[in-house]
Amino acid sequence: MAKQNVVVVGGGLAGLAATMRLAEAGVHVDLISMVPVKRSHSVCAQGGINSVNAATRELGDSEHLHFDDTVYGGDFLQNQPPVKEMCDWGPRIIDLMDRLGVAFNRTSEGNRDQRRFGGTLFKRTAFAGATTGQQLLYALDEQCRRWEGDGLVDKFEYWEFLGPILDESGVCKGIVAQDMFQMTIRAFPADAVVMAHGGCGLVFGRSTMSMICTGGAAGRCFKAGARYANGEFIQVHPTAIPGTDKLRLMSESARGEGGRVWVPRKPQDTRDPLSIPASERYYFLEERYPEYGNLVPRDIATREIFDICVNHKLSVEEGQLCVYLDLTELNAATHKKLDGILEIYEKFQAVDPRVTPMKIFPAVHYTMGGLWVDYEKDAKTEGLVYGSPRNQQSDIPGMYIIGEADYQYHGGNRLGANSLLSCIFTGMFVAPCVENYMKSLQAGAADQPASLYDAEVGKHQQQFDDLIRNAGDENPYTIHAELGDTMTRNVTVVRYNKNIDESLAKIDELADRYKRISLSDKGNWTNQNLSFSRALGDMLELAKVIAMGARNRDECRGAHYKPDFDIPAPSADDASTLRKQAEAWCDRFAEKNSKFLKTTVAVYKPEGPELSYEDVETSTIPTRPRTYGLKGAEIIEEVWRARIASGTDKKPAAAKV
Amino acid sequence: MSKKFKVAIKRQDDPNGASRWERFEIENEKGMNITTALQRIAASPVTIDGKQSTPVAYDACCLEEVCGACSMLVNGSVRQACTALANTLLENKPDEITLEPMSKFPVVRDLVVDRSKMFNSLSRVHAWVPVDGYSDRGAGPRISQHQQEDSYPLTTCMTCGCCVESCPQFHPESDFIGPAAISQAVLFNEHPIGSFEADKRLEILTGNGGIADCGNAQNCVKVCPKNIPLTRSIAKAGRSATVFAIKQFFEK
Repeated sequence: MAKQNVVVVGGGLAGLAATMRLAEAGVHVDLISMVPVKRSHSVCAQGGINSVNAATRELGDSEHLHFDDTVYGGDFLQNQPPVKEMCDWGPRIIDLMDRLGVAFNRTSEGNRDQRRFGGTLFKRTAFAGATTGQQLLYALDEQCRRWEGDGLVDKFEYWEFLGPILDESGVCKGIVAQDMFQMTIRAFPADAVVMAHGGCGLVFGRSTMSMICTGGAAGRCFKAGARYANGEFIQVHPTAIPGTDKLRLMSESARGEGGRVWVPRKPQDTRDPLSIPASERYYFLEERYPEYGNLVPRDIATREIFDICVNHKLSVEEGQLCVYLDLTELNAATHKKLDGILEIYEKFQAVDPRVTPMKIFPAVHYTMGGLWVDYEKDAKTEGLVYGSPRNQQSDIPGMYIIGEADYQYHGGNRLGANSLLSCIFTGMFVAPCVENYMKSLQAGAADQPASLYDAEVGKHQQQFDDLIRNAGDENPYTIHAELGDTMTRNVTVVRYNKNIDESLAKIDELADRYKRISLSDKGNWTNQNLSFSRALGDMLELAKVIAMGARNRDECRGAHYKPDFDIPAPSADDASTLRKQAEAWCDRFAEKNSKFLKTTVAVYKPEGPELSYEDVETSTIPTRPRTYGLKGAEIIEEVWRARIASGTDKKPAAAKV
Repeated sequence: MSKKFKVAIKRQDDPNGASRWERFEIENEKGMNITTALQRIAASPVTIDGKQSTPVAYDACCLEEVCGACSMLVNGSVRQACTALANTLLENKPDEITLEPMSKFPVVRDLVVDRSKMFNSLSRVHAWVPVDGYSDRGAGPRISQHQQEDSYPLTTCMTCGCCVESCPQFHPESDFIGPAAISQAVLFNEHPIGSFEADKRLEILTGNGGIADCGNAQNCVKVCPKNIPLTRSIAKAGRSATVFAIKQFFEK
């Protein structure tokens, strides 16, 4: 067989980690990216990267506890073996990034410093100022540049992925991509393809995501037969700065370093926030969650801001979800550690957050769901089998999915500073899996008939020509704005079936109108209008997957919150009623798990996505109620522990009737 | 805040085409920046004279000044379009806002330029730590807080191109690698392991297009959006280059 070649699509943390690791093994990589890889969305990650470390170990921390925090924070929706493997790799990954020269902040002895992030009580998060994602990405970019010099990596920047190429038995043998300057379309034959295209924030119009996070690549893989899992799990970050073009992230590290969230107790108090005395300030996260305080998991912080602003009408700005994030009490040394993000606020709001509390809003931030991937469990370690060709492989043989693009690691809600870890981990980990997959191949890309590639290129050329020529009266940008509006309004923080139905109908209407779009640029040179309009078609497809997943899931889990299906907390004053209520609560909890502790899996059909449900592997850490700040948490936990001990936790309440 | 404002954009259809100016009128919005204005034009590309045009091609990605994509000349000064707030610009120049592509790079279309020369310079100066491999070999070297504070600003360089755009010595015909690449060479020469390849970097810095081409105009440090101490890096590189050259001379 000829020399093997892998195509990696996407040059963020995951894509670059995979590229560098494959190159190290002597495998040639064609790296495809819509932007120079150094401009990938990973640069926007600010706060840091999690792993167990020497300092937390002294306090009793372990890989297992990181694993536990991650699945508990994710509301047990993850298959556990991949998560266990990732947490076990944490310390090694940080060590590697340290060796690659990442300017992590240091202790006085010269060790890496750590800060605390949400959803944990340990300081697990290593950081480089407040631009950790940027620093990590650059370190990997530098290594890939090194391999480029050695001829093992060829970068194709400003190239857009159009679709996978499957041979007659459905095995992936490469991709088709388009040069975004010259608009030429060509095939990239490959023995295996690794997709690392990131999230799909643009489905929600404006989000904290970069302009390239359209979901275009995901939509194209989905249409080619890769299933999409847990689409409805979208993280809304509690703290962002609103903008006319995008919503800018204000890192969780602002709270990790001591920033406090509050609103004036008096609705829309017009006084200068600093003149409002402490007694008239409502530090609602600290009051409601004494243990975690401002560092509750993101889904909870976001819902609390929603509750404060919508139900209690305490928003700092009327009609908006807006609260103070106050860093004015922090000292200069701490401000310095946060310079990167404080400057962003200052530049866009023209207010110095060191002396004036920031006004922050929740914003769509991360897609926990993504393309479905397989794994092979190692029975001994309860993690993954190293190098198994099944790990991270999609439904399309030979096509692997990593980073934010896969669905595997964060379940119902991602913990802060776990994404950088999952991206680098999957990139590193997938390489030997791909190598072993390629070893098993009888025929490589070079053995395929040229007609296979020509046909696919021809198909995409035709689609391109059709889109350019499409004559209609609809404007793609208007459709995008309407899509973002309906998705943000009905399918984010608080979800009601009635509203989701409204969005589903709206998406159908938009999809219909999409057929009649007309491009304002029909040229054949650097046509950004075309690229955006094509991606809009994919966004509409993903929007259906997200909204349908949300519609069908009648429960609350992680970021997916439906008040109509929330289980009311035990509230009785006398012990025996309280216990009965807790028992009933646990019955309902068990019942909901038997129904909904499942992965939503969507398969593409031309008439609309079809959903099915898959069991979740939870054999290492038994499922338990997520009780952050819940009233009656202690009694619920006590009842549940007893059920786990007696093995009755998995039996739904219905079985008792 | 004015309700509407004018934007004049220097457009060019392709690398070989002639440039022309087109003017658009934009509805002002609270907190509006230049990238939003370009989005609004894309949605409705009609010029101020009512002529149907095409969306303006421009580079933009993160929109929070951390990716480096959207550099262009705004009112004649190089900067990122995302942090260029319309109202602030209008305060100084109320008649119109001008947008042009950077002048030191080949234009691809409209405001999009080809900055690959800058990325190539990073290869030339070996801007990386030469690790043996990516398997588990423990942590990297200890780094003092002082050194981390020194190197951190240099690591925030996003290869945006502002420094070279403002540099009189950097132009299409020159070989000069420019302030950004010099600063990266310094960053890696000061890293405990990166320094193992210091001589390779100094060879480049003392060669054609290296440090000697710097004319000390000091524009770079003024326009850097990340406030990277570029002139300090250049001074450091100059000193190391001199020592290196003398050493080379005696070793001949």
